[in-house]
Amino acid sequence: MVLARWWRTRIPRYRLIGAQCKSCGRAHYPPRKACPYCGSTELEQVMLPRRGILESYTVVQSIPGDTRFQAPIIVGLVRLENGVRLVAELTDVQPEELKLGLEVEATMRRIREDGDNGTIMYGLKFRPILGKS
Amino acid sequence: MKVTSGKAGIHGWGGYVPRYRLPTKEIARVWGWPDHQYKGLNVSHKSVDGPDEDSTTMGFEAAYNALLRAKIDPSLIGAVFFGSESKVYAVKPSATLIAEMIGATPETMASDLEFACRAGSEGLRASLALVSSGMVKYALAVGSDTAQAEPGDVLEFTASSGAAAFIVGPAEGAAAIVEYSYTYVTDTPDFWRRAEKPYPRHGEGFTGEPAYFAHIMGAVKGLFKKTGLKPEDFDYAIFHQPNGKFPVRVAQRLGFTYEQVERGLVTPMIGNTYNASALLGLVRVLDVAKPGQRILLAPFGSGAGSDAYSIIVTDEIVEKQKLAPALDDYINRKLEVDYATYTRFRRILTMLARG
Repeated sequence: MVLARWWRTRIPRYRLIGAQCKSCGRAHYPPRKACPYCGSTELEQVMLPRRGILESYTVVQSIPGDTRFQAPIIVGLVRLENGVRLVAELTDVQPEELKLGLEVEATMRRIREDGDNGTIMYGLKFRPILGKS
Repeated sequence: MKVTSGKAGIHGWGGYVPRYRLPTKEIARVWGWPDHQYKGLNVSHKSVDGPDEDSTTMGFEAAYNALLRAKIDPSLIGAVFFGSESKVYAVKPSATLIAEMIGATPETMASDLEFACRAGSEGLRASLALVSSGMVKYALAVGSDTAQAEPGDVLEFTASSGAAAFIVGPAEGAAAIVEYSYTYVTDTPDFWRRAEKPYPRHGEGFTGEPAYFAHIMGAVKGLFKKTGLKPEDFDYAIFHQPNGKFPVRVAQRLGFTYEQVERGLVTPMIGNTYNASALLGLVRVLDVAKPGQRILLAPFGSGAGSDAYSIIVTDEIVEKQKLAPALDDYINRKLEVDYATYTRFRRILTMLARG
């Protein structure tokens, strides 16, 4: 079932598409059926800005199974330029280079794979902005 | 053999190089190679894909940069070609992944091409042909590789990772118009990888003269014969770069100066990115080229074949140069890794548990 769920949500994951509420005007990611702020179901899909700043993060060293070779995995809370907050993995950064307020940008990466005989799931991670790292 | 005569050109170009670098002296340390056995390759470092990167992710970023420069609606792209010898699936196209990621789906052709290091260039030729014929308005050609080399083999000193992409469209509005292109191929056993084998083999005696030099010189001389152009007509000359010495040597044999070649030489800094090798040289040249300049591009792929392109830069290039990261932004973003880290990132280390 992971494969079907991933496939259904691939477009927002590939293109950083969120939803904007026509009632209260606020945007969110990933897109939901109702606005998380006012409950309205009048939403439209919008392309979100690909840059933001790092507001919080955690570093996970102990990684099970197939994803262990990516260790450590760094998960960040990113506030995009339009104020939308999202949780995403960080990449191309060493734990000692992390700091709150770090300017980051979206980049396409492997998120996980279903063993060595299954599908590869791609999505956006965030990295320090090119030229500023 | 001439398939284009200025009807199509490059509207957007983009490159990508991963952050990690393995010094060639570190490879020599691990395998006990003395300096004189590898320094002649003229490669100081090779780029290494990170643990969450592959030919698809790198190809996407190069394509995204090309799209930023082309400033077109991606749904107008009518063909996506992905040239690689390190596809992530044996069966399942990377071209559809990239097409979906950039927003070119569903009304587009999409296919993966294989011709050793020349598949990306074949995609470029096919793109030029499709646009020139009027079948599609825009086409995307990507060359991307996480190049394989057997540990301890001489190829390991150079095989690296990177991607280049070009959005081809009508000559009008292009940043660079492809005046002519010419292709030269034969059956030559210089390099191959059998199905389900992880690493390529190379036929030592065939690598240089019968393969690289014969085909690139055949393609470039063929272009010269068809067009009447001469080396001095070009501001830049870019050749496939399996190492840092072959492109300089083939340039000399064809009558080009080192100054014409220097800007497009990327392998001494990042190694041989296989399908992106010469194409990244073109990206680096387009990053600084001026209107009116003429560029010779000659990619090569084992098996074997070479293309020669004559490309004229237009006024449109000036604005486009600022619209996406330059290749040097990626080349200068670097973090050295040791051989052990490289084996983990590249999954040469195989003891990890698999679910």
